[in-house]
Amino acid sequence: MTYRHLFKTSLTGLSTNRSRSFLTILGIVIGITAIMLVVSLGAGAQGLILGEVQGLGTNTIAIIPGQISTSPSNVSALYSDSLKPADVTALLNKANVPNLVSLMPVVLGASTASYNSNTYQVTIFGATDLIANIFNLVPSEGQFFDQTDVAGAASVAVIGADTATYLFDNQDPLNQSINIKGRNFRVVAVLPKSGGGSIFDFDSMVIMPYTTAQTYVTGQKYYNRIITQATNDAAVPETAQDIRLTLEESHNITDPTKDDFTVQTQQSLADTLGTITSALTWFLVSVASIALFVGGVGIMNIMLVSVTERTREIGLRKALGAKDRDILSQFLLEAVLLTIIGGIVGILLGSSLAFLVAFILSHALGLNWQFVFPWTGAALGLTVSAVIGLVFGGYPANQASKKSPIEALRYE
Amino acid sequence: MKPETIENIISVKNLKKSYHDGVEATTALAGVTFDVRKGEFVAIMGPSGSGKSTLLHLLGLLDSPTSGTYHFNGKNTTTFSGDQLADLRNRELGFVFQAFNLLARTSVLENVKLPLIYSENIPESEWNARATKAIEAVGLGHRINHDQSELSGGERQRVAIARALVTDPEIIFADEPTGNLDSKSGKNVMSILQGLNEKEGKTIILITHETATAEHAERIIRLLDGEIETDTKVRNRLGADAEYVK
Repeated sequence: MTYRHLFKTSLTGLSTNRSRSFLTILGIVIGITAIMLVVSLGAGAQGLILGEVQGLGTNTIAIIPGQISTSPSNVSALYSDSLKPADVTALLNKANVPNLVSLMPVVLGASTASYNSNTYQVTIFGATDLIANIFNLVPSEGQFFDQTDVAGAASVAVIGADTATYLFDNQDPLNQSINIKGRNFRVVAVLPKSGGGSIFDFDSMVIMPYTTAQTYVTGQKYYNRIITQATNDAAVPETAQDIRLTLEESHNITDPTKDDFTVQTQQSLADTLGTITSALTWFLVSVASIALFVGGVGIMNIMLVSVTERTREIGLRKALGAKDRDILSQFLLEAVLLTIIGGIVGILLGSSLAFLVAFILSHALGLNWQFVFPWTGAALGLTVSAVIGLVFGGYPANQASKKSPIEALRYE
Repeated sequence: MKPETIENIISVKNLKKSYHDGVEATTALAGVTFDVRKGEFVAIMGPSGSGKSTLLHLLGLLDSPTSGTYHFNGKNTTTFSGDQLADLRNRELGFVFQAFNLLARTSVLENVKLPLIYSENIPESEWNARATKAIEAVGLGHRINHDQSELSGGERQRVAIARALVTDPEIIFADEPTGNLDSKSGKNVMSILQGLNEKEGKTIILITHETATAEHAERIIRLLDGEIETDTKVRNRLGADAEYVK
């Protein structure tokens, strides 16, 4: 029996029972639709999250004291004193790190800020004037401190939206003085509410020159972070390596596994977050696969009924010369065609729904949500549905091929 | 065993068939021995339960005997594999059933072509010509593209005969071919079968319980309780266009 006639025979078999064929593939359609939806929405969510992270600038490289492997925040690292002013000098030397365009030491601390009778627990973020540029911060009123303020350790502060609300209620905070550790700081700018989308929550922070923070708040001589920027994205890996070598030399470290600092690029952070969202997506895919499995069992059920119902046809075909494998191929191909058709319908339906969701999220909720056609999901869906056809169609097809022609012809 | 003389298309010796339902064995065929010459038209008769259907299934290679030998065209079929039997059925055997057994929602042409898709020796380029010729031979050339459900019972049985002829087999097995037909259609079907026997030299094995139908044959084998009761020549054989009396 040629493949062309095998196809023709199977297609005829399916189209003879159109409504049953349709109901049979429903389970597969639902399963594949669910998988496509999950994969597509997962990819969209991943795009949204990575977009936030990369909004910080993919050419940003952070140096963190202590050794941390994957977690972006580490308690012991916060109190490690390995990043010193000498490191900054070494890094700023063009001979050491040629592709470094800017560098910002960061000092972190916690304290209570007060204004009149209001007090609020805040995070002190000591930085330079580059902070606005690196984190894309635009004050809702006032202006960031400048280089002169940093050099002179001026008592100025930029406060987050929550800090402003708690300390000032409905008053205008600009040019008012807040008290931290007995010293007054003039509010030069107020930040709009960010909603916590970023890795740093600036809403409850007080940002001041790092020199001011070191002198008046933390009293420390070291830095909690050094944030640098490379000339461009392509230069990031090389720059990160240069920074590592420079700091190892500056710290007299010969064994790289004993580094007392970690160089973290935005890319490595993005990779970590990407891995997390992917893991979540595949977890949901495996849940949706249960629907596919149930769909497969449905196919097997209907195929078994179909084989019984068509016992006479099987007997006739055998009497006319069909071999066991001809009957096996016919019924197996019917099952596989059913599941593949179900798979294709599911892919179309799933991606249409995902497109609809993406449209609603981006237009109604204003999220930066991109529709992603899940090519991997589609390829996976097609493969899985074909395999389901083979696996769940195999038993009924085998039953069909084993029927004796006389039993089959005698069947009424 | 020495091959039978080639003039005998069918040669069975002590053919037995019994069925086991788990508790006891039922003997359907208690050992029959006979030959059928090439070109012979044999009717097998007998009351219900006499074993005539079982015999037809064995002769038609649809079932295997419990014991005994069956030589078809000199070849011992009891040693054949399932695939070899399927191939032999496809090349050399044609079947006409009481219930027609046409494929539903399928045209006359496609129904007649059905055996050809399982054929290993007939090239696809010949299929349409062969099927058309077979359909014209049973007088249904004008119905070739009709769906089989649009046909009368007699016409459907003629489609089944065309289907049996399409691979140009040596022998045609007809199992109560007139059983579901009115007398006029039945006569028509019988005259086609007799014509195939007389003009084209096809061997025909006919199962029937109607004496009038059996008299189209040259020879009648009567079965009773799984054994051959009589095996006689038909003295006043009906002509292909004889007046048919049901």
